[in-house]
Amino acid sequence: MQQIIVSGVGGQGVLFVTRLLAEAALELGHSVLISETHGMAQRGGNVISHLKVGSLDNASPLIRPGRADVFLGLHVDAFGVHGFYLKPDGKAFCNAVSGPRLHTTDATGIAMELGAPLSSNLVLLGFASASGFLFCTPERLEIQLIRVGGKHREINLRALAAGLEAYQKNRV
Amino acid sequence: MKTRQILLGNEAIAHGLLETSCTMATSYPGTPASEVLGTLAQLKKQQTLGLHLEWSINEKVAFEVALANSFTGRRSAVIMKQVGLNVAADPLMSAAYTGVTGGFVIVVADDPGPHSSQTEQDSRFIAMAAKLPVLDPSSPAEARDFVRQAMSLSEKYEIPVLLRPTTRVCHARQDMELHQSFQKEQPPVFQKNPGRWAATPKFRLLLHRQLNEKLEKIALDPEFLPYLMNEKVTTSQSDPWQRSCVVASGVALAYAREILFDLGLWDRVAVYKAPMPYPLAPSFRDEVLSRYERILVLEESYPVIELQFQDRKRVFGRTTGTVPTSGELLPEVVETVLRGFLGLQSAPLIGTSGSPGRRPTLCAGCPHRAAFFAIKKVFHKKGIYPSDIGCYTLGLNLNVVDTVLCMGASISQAAGFHHAYQAVGKEDIPAICATIGDSTFFHAGIPALINAVVQRARFVLIILDNSTTAMTGHQPTPASGKSLDGGSVPKVSIPDIVRACGVGFVAEEDPHRLKAMVELLKRARKHVQAKNGGVAVVVAKSPCLMDRNQAEPRVTEWVSVTDECKGCGLCVKEFECPALEPQGKKEPVQIDQTLCSGCGVCVLVCPHGGLVRVGSGE
Repeated sequence: MQQIIVSGVGGQGVLFVTRLLAEAALELGHSVLISETHGMAQRGGNVISHLKVGSLDNASPLIRPGRADVFLGLHVDAFGVHGFYLKPDGKAFCNAVSGPRLHTTDATGIAMELGAPLSSNLVLLGFASASGFLFCTPERLEIQLIRVGGKHREINLRALAAGLEAYQKNRV
Repeated sequence: MKTRQILLGNEAIAHGLLETSCTMATSYPGTPASEVLGTLAQLKKQQTLGLHLEWSINEKVAFEVALANSFTGRRSAVIMKQVGLNVAADPLMSAAYTGVTGGFVIVVADDPGPHSSQTEQDSRFIAMAAKLPVLDPSSPAEARDFVRQAMSLSEKYEIPVLLRPTTRVCHARQDMELHQSFQKEQPPVFQKNPGRWAATPKFRLLLHRQLNEKLEKIALDPEFLPYLMNEKVTTSQSDPWQRSCVVASGVALAYAREILFDLGLWDRVAVYKAPMPYPLAPSFRDEVLSRYERILVLEESYPVIELQFQDRKRVFGRTTGTVPTSGELLPEVVETVLRGFLGLQSAPLIGTSGSPGRRPTLCAGCPHRAAFFAIKKVFHKKGIYPSDIGCYTLGLNLNVVDTVLCMGASISQAAGFHHAYQAVGKEDIPAICATIGDSTFFHAGIPALINAVVQRARFVLIILDNSTTAMTGHQPTPASGKSLDGGSVPKVSIPDIVRACGVGFVAEEDPHRLKAMVELLKRARKHVQAKNGGVAVVVAKSPCLMDRNQAEPRVTEWVSVTDECKGCGLCVKEFECPALEPQGKKEPVQIDQTLCSGCGVCVLVCPHGGLVRVGSGE
């Protein structure tokens, strides 16, 4: 089982990223369990999704503090607010905030350069998936984005690819 | 081939309703229950089903509409959030006595936490007060199965049945196999029976006796009896919890199970699941009490199962202080309780949130923000501001919301405040300015407004009309002229209703026209203070920017920061638009162009000319 926290503020696409990962997991034959934030907090407040992937016969919808394998921080505040869910040897991928345990990229800046400021969520997802720590590959997410389609399909794919590239550059 | 799909708990409940041949579902939107009816509408469209779905004006009305359908022998459901059941408590209590003929399921979503509600109340307690059975699912997939079981239980005993999911079930997603939904023919047959459907008090006593008999049988129905989940449990002689067990329901049970697995104790501590917390079988109670010395009850959010045990020495839970009496039973809380109960070491301490995070705020360009700013300009800090339930509760951040009680209370409380100050004959009665949303006005504001008028209360009421139920996901209101499935229906005009309530001053304005709005509010205040004045109503009308069903206003202007901005922060503090980004003291504010809607109201907010409109204005 892999336990993933996705954190950001309302309007950033936390739900979109979570669902994309969940659909990818289903395609790979895993079970999924998600807990989402709805309601008033969606109006610009901090929002969080809990995602569990794998064999889930005995799983509950929430991740306990200190137990998440992966943390995706879409907002600069995210790790400060929800970082306590990450386990000591877990991996955190964060937008524009640095710290001793964090893999960081300027997802917002990259998305702005692409002319699509709202796709920073997918830049960060591409960045995280390139690390190999997620249960699925970037290619799997790409397939999923193509399947989602819609008028933002091309820009979504470019944002994911840009995140991937950012990770590879970081490593060099 | 069977297909698996990831469904939200609320979507799973909708699927369950169709699988059980529900012919009518009614609802009033409210987090965390809002998505059930919307999903039913989509499924109805896809499968061209002939069921009646409606967003009713409030939960009481929704309940009564669906109940009548059930009186004709047709399967029905009503869906609401927990505080909605308070509104529908009147028909609920009475329908328990009359019973039903077609299956009748009341889906009530509770919100321990609370995340989006004014209380953490436990609807299972209300079921108990009404003497109705209630099922408590622990996952989305189980919620779907429980819908089917609730429907047949309801029909078997001719009694309304509650299904009580919580936020963590409603807003969890889980993969599950899709089942075939089918539509059983259910021609309406209303069999007259005045002694039952129109029972006078004399007959009501008989109905009460019948209800008690039904409950006794239901408690013992084998399908709903609590059972031992881990049948292979073998407690060793050396375990300190040898004669202890856990009884749980709902999502707290899911947490307990996961934690016991993680601790390697699943096969060593007896865990009983109570799918139906009320009525709890007396036989189960007696068996558990005789077999175990210590019993821990885990349930949300009040001690419903626990109190039915009626043993204060050996049963541990909320009444003994073993389980916290407020707040959500998060898995980490359940772990602490379980470890304490089993005599284990407490879990290693994990830090909690290091930052308070961001508070929710009205969206950039939200017309409510403009209306609130106009209110602040006219009524200043000394005004009293009763408000109501909706996005505009966030007017709190702007200091123009003083009270938020429950749906519709803004109007009755405005009247109450007036009478309080009026009664002592003080000359400087503070200005009272109430705010209520359009959907909330329809829901519970109209009787309050009539009451205020006839009691000669004096206040300004602003109906914030964004032509939708925004907070819960943009459901139509009676003023929309659209039904749930997009069909055309009669429109009900808010100003016409207000006039018909006897209000002498009614006017409408777009709050984005800030100056005109301010002038109108001044006129309204004058009417309130005039010799023959009374209630003045201003309808602040402008569409919600997040509502995709309404025509998007054409953005032709943007806002830009000039050299005159010295970073005084007034616009950020007094207007709090998320597109205005403070850069620290004495640094000019910046505009986040990804958020700015171009409404231009902030230009009028800045007294220094620091913000200007730019753009074509075509």
